[in-house]
Order: sequence, then structure tokens, then C-alpha cells
Amino acid sequence: MKRALALAPLTALWLAAAPPIVIQNGTILTVTKGTLLGSLLIKDGKIAQIGENIKIPSGAMVVDATGQFVMPGIVDCHSHIAAESINEGTVSVSSMVGIQDVLNPEDIAIYRALAGGVTTANILHGSANAIGGKCSVIKMRWGRTANELLFVGSKPGIKFALGENPKRRGGGNAFGATTLRYPATRMGVEDVIREAFTQAKAYRASWKDYEARKSRGELVIPPARDLKLEPLVEVLDGRRLVHAHCYRQDEILMLLRVADEFGFKIRTLQHVLEGYKVAKEIAAHGAGASTFSDWWAYKVEAYDAIPYNAAIMTRKGVLVSINSDSDELMRHLNNEAAKTMKYGGLTETEALSLITINPAKQLMIDSKVGSIEVGKDADITIFDAHPLSNFSKVTKVFIDGELYFDRDRDIADRPALASRKKELITKAAEEQKKSPPVSPRRPGL
Amino acid sequence: MKPGLNLISLIHCCSSALFAEGPAVYAIHDARVVRVSGPPIEHCTVVVRNGLIEAVGENVVPPADAWIIRGSGLTVYPGLIDALSTIGISGPRPPPATPALSPPPPAAGPEDRPSNTSFLRAADQIVAADPSVEAARDGGFTTAVTFPTANIFAGQGVVFDLAGMRIGQMVIDPSAGQYITLRNNGSSFPGSLMGVIAYIRQIYLDADRYKVAKAIYDKHPKGLERPAYDRTLEGVIESPRVLLPAHRAVEIDRMLQLARELKIRPILYGGEEAWRSVDSLKRSGVPVLVTLKWPEKAKDGDPAVDEPLRVLEMREKAPSTPGVLAKNGILFAFYSDGIATSKEVLKAAKKAVDAGLSTSDAVRALTLSPAEIYGVSDRLGSIDNGKIANLVVTDGDLFADKTKVKYVFVDGNKFEPAPESPDAKKDLEKTQ
Repeated sequence: MKRALALAPLTALWLAAAPPIVIQNGTILTVTKGTLLGSLLIKDGKIAQIGENIKIPSGAMVVDATGQFVMPGIVDCHSHIAAESINEGTVSVSSMVGIQDVLNPEDIAIYRALAGGVTTANILHGSANAIGGKCSVIKMRWGRTANELLFVGSKPGIKFALGENPKRRGGGNAFGATTLRYPATRMGVEDVIREAFTQAKAYRASWKDYEARKSRGELVIPPARDLKLEPLVEVLDGRRLVHAHCYRQDEILMLLRVADEFGFKIRTLQHVLEGYKVAKEIAAHGAGASTFSDWWAYKVEAYDAIPYNAAIMTRKGVLVSINSDSDELMRHLNNEAAKTMKYGGLTETEALSLITINPAKQLMIDSKVGSIEVGKDADITIFDAHPLSNFSKVTKVFIDGELYFDRDRDIADRPALASRKKELITKAAEEQKKSPPVSPRRPGL
Repeated sequence: MKPGLNLISLIHCCSSALFAEGPAVYAIHDARVVRVSGPPIEHCTVVVRNGLIEAVGENVVPPADAWIIRGSGLTVYPGLIDALSTIGISGPRPPPATPALSPPPPAAGPEDRPSNTSFLRAADQIVAADPSVEAARDGGFTTAVTFPTANIFAGQGVVFDLAGMRIGQMVIDPSAGQYITLRNNGSSFPGSLMGVIAYIRQIYLDADRYKVAKAIYDKHPKGLERPAYDRTLEGVIESPRVLLPAHRAVEIDRMLQLARELKIRPILYGGEEAWRSVDSLKRSGVPVLVTLKWPEKAKDGDPAVDEPLRVLEMREKAPSTPGVLAKNGILFAFYSDGIATSKEVLKAAKKAVDAGLSTSDAVRALTLSPAEIYGVSDRLGSIDNGKIANLVVTDGDLFADKTKVKYVFVDGNKFEPAPESPDAKKDLEKTQ
């Protein structure tokens, strides 16, 4: 958690009107509008101009990117950082819970994600249950409050999960008994989802009925609001995106059928390691796929995976992204994307799209982020070499036109932070030596 | 000195626990009086009659019927208030609402009301003879705010005086507020922090609807479905304020937001990192109960563990929190957080003084501020005419190491603390 001190001045910057920024003489990988050698003007947190020659406005901060590569901030469609709890796994439908309630803006993983060039991530509930909790899309605004992390204008999401995790039985409880949570099979997972949406439809109908009777002037007691069913009604109404954890082709098809039957859409299939087998069906439903490049075999349902998965699904017309699902992998998503060029022959732009514009589309935030285009948020990552090279390092990261990561400054700040830490440890040790024994605490609180 | 006084002192020396029928009128004469509601007065007299403060001032003449206590060299403070405690409740936990022979069935969701005893009242659970009552009183505490603490919705606290023959006479306010914890329910719902928060949200939604549904039904019972009685919602509705745990800045932020959303009147407890949350606390006007159990490295902790700078800073700066809050005009009070002896409680408060809190603000955080937070400042917390005669009389500054508590008045009854026995101290050291 080293960055707390160093970032204090940045907070002040947020409040004051930031001066314009010009990033000049870099190779600009716009992802959607080609690549050019030139400059970029950032004004009021937005990309204002892109071109080979840009007039530097007075008072502008100039970043020299000679020999460097400028790309849109990386978007990670599947992450669990910055949250103080991940799974409400005690029940099979936990749609009443949400990541937004437990966001932790002080998780060091945010800063480390920045150091890997990530500016936006979809923070998902875990995969312990068939219908999990609500997700939050955040920007890596390190040093800000939980609310300030939120990606304003992003569409709300919810996590679903299929297969081994949701059918896993509960552990022992405080009394030694084992909770036999339903379901225990893949069939049961389907049933849980069907049952939940059947309830959600009835719930929606009960409110419609209430409104109708009330408007007729009848005396009625309002139905109880149900925080578990409300998000599911939003899914039915197309107001909440479903991100479904899955591996096997059979369960993928099952979920698409259930969704079609109940009249809602699966926005993304997550992991989806067997997606290459059913890519046509995924494309037909209109679901996106968010997968790993070459991470598998960590459990039985994750064995039948191939590194060509992303490329094959892309060729079959599926909107594909590469995600991290890990705070470590999150720091080199650029390398993960590059692997799809070797396995499956995606082009450079296609590979970059997997970690920028595609996940942005999947999260329906592509009008704001995911590419370098005039008018979009100035979420910019600068690499010292081509980002698809193993040897590239992130030098600077901007979010909304503000500098959130600077490699040089990070390195310069390290000695001061280390000595502050040493000072505190020494002081605490001395005080502990001095302090007399204390009485045992009263129990209770 | 009047002859009667020696006799009374003698009785009290023999057994301070003895609740003797004492005189009804006392006058502490020529003492330094720290009123808290105003500047301290030197050579001041305080008259106590029938449990109330009858007069305070330099020129007050002790009434003829009063037992006089010679106050020169002594300081009179308002009785100390422990703003959040389990004083008076024996054992680690309040007894369960219903004796459980078998484990409770796992909760399927909020509708099963897991970990919810919002209807419990500490006022019904405190025991006058509990040793913690006398121990706190001997150290100068005359009032405690005690809560049931066992569940997410643990129950309602009580403001009560630390002496009395019957609980009913000790209670000042049986509805101090609802104590909420964010302890998850293990393998049963809610099993995570976000589950707990979602559960709290659902309970308050349900409580709102409960009120509406009952109101409609009570007016027109014919032809309407009867709303189900729910004691957990009753408990929530009856609570005038809600105590929410918030130690780190992130948690303070989170709880302030939750309280805003639920439209409840919160009191935050913990507050170790509140020095980082001055702006949001100021804006919200929410009071903070600051723990006196300052965070420290676990004594049996792994010495090799590399602790992050943020944790080290939190420990270092926690005692400076009260000073920062006072400077910014944020209402706060201290609470003992399970520290066993009043001496240690005051020593911990002294740490805050050493870290920048003025002594007068430290006294306020143990007297008038908690009274204000719990809405009883019209009867407690300062030395003013007509207020309850809860006083602590010391032979020096409250936070000085060598200061001894000479007398404690609770509801106008005088107590003398048992002298500290050197044996007790030795025993304590042995158990460490």
C-alpha cells in the first residue's frame, strides 16, 4: 500500500481544472482508427484531437512519447480486485448482494493494475452460485473514494455461474453440520435459474397488479420489495447485463436456451473455454465471450481447452475479449492478447481489440472508452515498446486525462516510503517494549 | 469536618459495594469544579440534594442540612460515561432469546431473519450486581451505555447509572439505539460482508413496508390480507438511532453512505482512522464513538510478516484521531471497547491527549459529548443545576498517572472506591 502518501497531491489535481495535456511524437495505436505517428491532445479529461501535428495550447503539460507507444487504457472484463468480499455463497441465488457495497479503493491491486496499463475493469461477484451478485464497472482511480472508482454511465451487471462451482455443496457450519445446498448437479443449476426467473416474473406481475389496482382507487397493501428479485426483473427488462461463468459447451447451450425461453440476453460468457465448439450458437444469441489465452486444466471442466479459442470464436463472429480473473494476470493482459497472434493468427489490431474495444463493447461502455477517438475519455496507457511485445513496460497511465501512474515517479518515491516504513516499525517496537501489561479484555464487543 | 462524615467514610471503606442508605444532601465545598458546560471554577461548592445537583458556584453556601465534604485539593468532574460497553451484562454474550438445543436452521435468505435479535433490550439484561458495574464505578464511571452485541442486529442499548438497588431505578434511557455488527453468519446467509450489507438494506426496506402495511390494515382490516407480525422489524422500528461499525476510512465512507441511503440516524463506532474522514464526517454531522482500544500489533503476531505502510500508519495515527475530530468540531465520545479497568481506560484517553487532544475536550468526550450523542444531555454530562448528581471527585487531574478517585456520586449517592490492593496487581502481572 505504498502509494497512499505519494498520491495525495493528485487528489488536489482532481478538484482543480486540469490543464490540457499533449502527448507527442508517439506511435498512437487507436485500435479503431488505425495507427499513426503523431500527437494527442487531452482537454477536460477527454481526447480532443489526434494528429501528426498538433498545436500545443498555452499552459499545456507536454509528455514526450518519442519512441513510445500510446494505446487506449486496457479494459478487463473479469476481475475481483478492489472488493472486500467476493462470494455470497451461502445461497444459490444471491442477487441481493452487490460489489458496490464492498468496494475497497485502497486495494493495492488497483495500483498494480495501473502499472499493467489497465484503466477499467468489471468487478464481478464470485462463481459460488448459479445466480450471483451484482457487478460494478470501475476505473482504476487510485487514491479516490469507493464512489469515485465507479464508471459513471456503465450499465449494471450481474454474475451467473454454471458447472462445478455452483453445484459444489456447502461446507460445514458452526455446529459441525454440513449444509447441503441445492443444487448438486448441472441439471440443478438450470433448475435454480429457471425457478429464480419464474419468481422474478411473478414479482414483476405483482407490482404491475398493485399499480393497476391502486390507480383504480382500490385499497391495497403494496407488495414487499425484494432485493433478490429486483435485479432479475432488470435482467428480464434488458436493464442489467448478465455475465455468466461457464466452461463446457453443453452448459453454454443450456444457458442460451433458458435465456431465449425467458426472453433475456446473456451479455457475456466468462471463461467459456469450450466456446470454440459452439461459437456459431454463441454468435447467434449475440453473447460476447470473455476468455483466457492459455490458462486451463485447473479443474476437470477446464480441461478441454485450446489456445485457439479466442481466435476461433472471433472468426465465427463472436465478440471476444481476454480477461484476467486474477490480480497478477491483470498486469500483463497485453501479453495475453499477443498470444492470439501466435495461436490463431489474429492481426495486431484484432489482438489489441481483445483487451480494449471488445471488452468495452461487452460492458456497453464503448462510446466512452476502448479506443483512441476524439470525444472519448482520455484513458491512455503509454508503453515504452510495442504493447504486444514481451519486453514492453508501462511508463504512464492517464484516466480522464489525469496521470495515475508514472513509472519514473514510482521508482523515485520508493526510498522515501521505505524509510517512513522503517521509522514506524522502529517506533512501534520501542513503544511496545515500554508499555506495561494490560488486564484481559472484557468479552462481548 | 463534621463528625458524621468520618463514620460514613468508615462504612464505605469497609465495603464500597454496600449500598448504604446515605444522606440525601451533600455539599462539596471549596473544590475545583470542572463543569464541562462552562469553564472550571476554583473554590467552588456543589450541592447535591435528592439525587440531583441543586447548586453550583463560588458563592454557594452549603445548606444547613448537608453533609459537607471538604473539597480543597480535590477536583469535581461530571460522572464519566462509557459510550459503548457491555458493562452490566455478564459473560461473553447475552443469553439467547430462546434456549437453543439444536442449531438454528440455516437461513435461506433475509426472510428467515438470521442473526437478528433487534428486539432484545440491554435494559432487560443488565444485572445490578455484575462485578463490572462496581469496577467501572470505582474508576469514576457513573454511567454506561450497554448494548447486546451478539448478532448483526444485536438489539437495543440502554443508558444506565452504575449504582442502584433495582435495574428500573438505574435506567436512564432504555432505547439508546440499535447495535449493528457486520459479522457474517458463516456458512449460512449472510456469509459475506456484502451479504450482511444487503441483509441490513432488506431489513430496513421491510421495516418501512411493515409500517405502511400495518397502518393500512389497522384502518381497514376487512377484506385485506393481515400483515404478519415480525418482532425483528418491531425492534428496528423502535430504535431511535443505529450504531454502525466503522474503523477504517473506507468503512466510515461506506457506513455513511449506507445510513444516507437507508435514511437512518447513525452513530459510527470504532473511528481509528476517522482523522482521514474529516470532510465526510463534517458534511454528514454524524457523531463518532472512538474506541480507546488503540490498534496495535498482535503480541503473538508473526514478527516476520511484512506489514503494509497503511496499517503501520493507522496504528501510529489512531490516537491523534480525537484531537483532529475536536479541532474540526465533529461530535465524538470515547468508549472502553472492553478494556477491563477504568484506570486503563483513562490511560488510553491520555494517549489521545498526548497526541493533540486538549484535556478539556478529553473530559468532554467522556461526559457531555456521549450525553449529547444519546440525547440525554439535558440530564447528564455536566455539572449544572437540576442535572442528575453523577460526579467523580479526584485528588488531581483526571488523566494524571498518580491521580486517585476519592468519591463517586451516582444519583446523589456517595461511593468511595475500594483501595487498590497491591496483591491484585501482582496477580494481574502473573496472568500476562
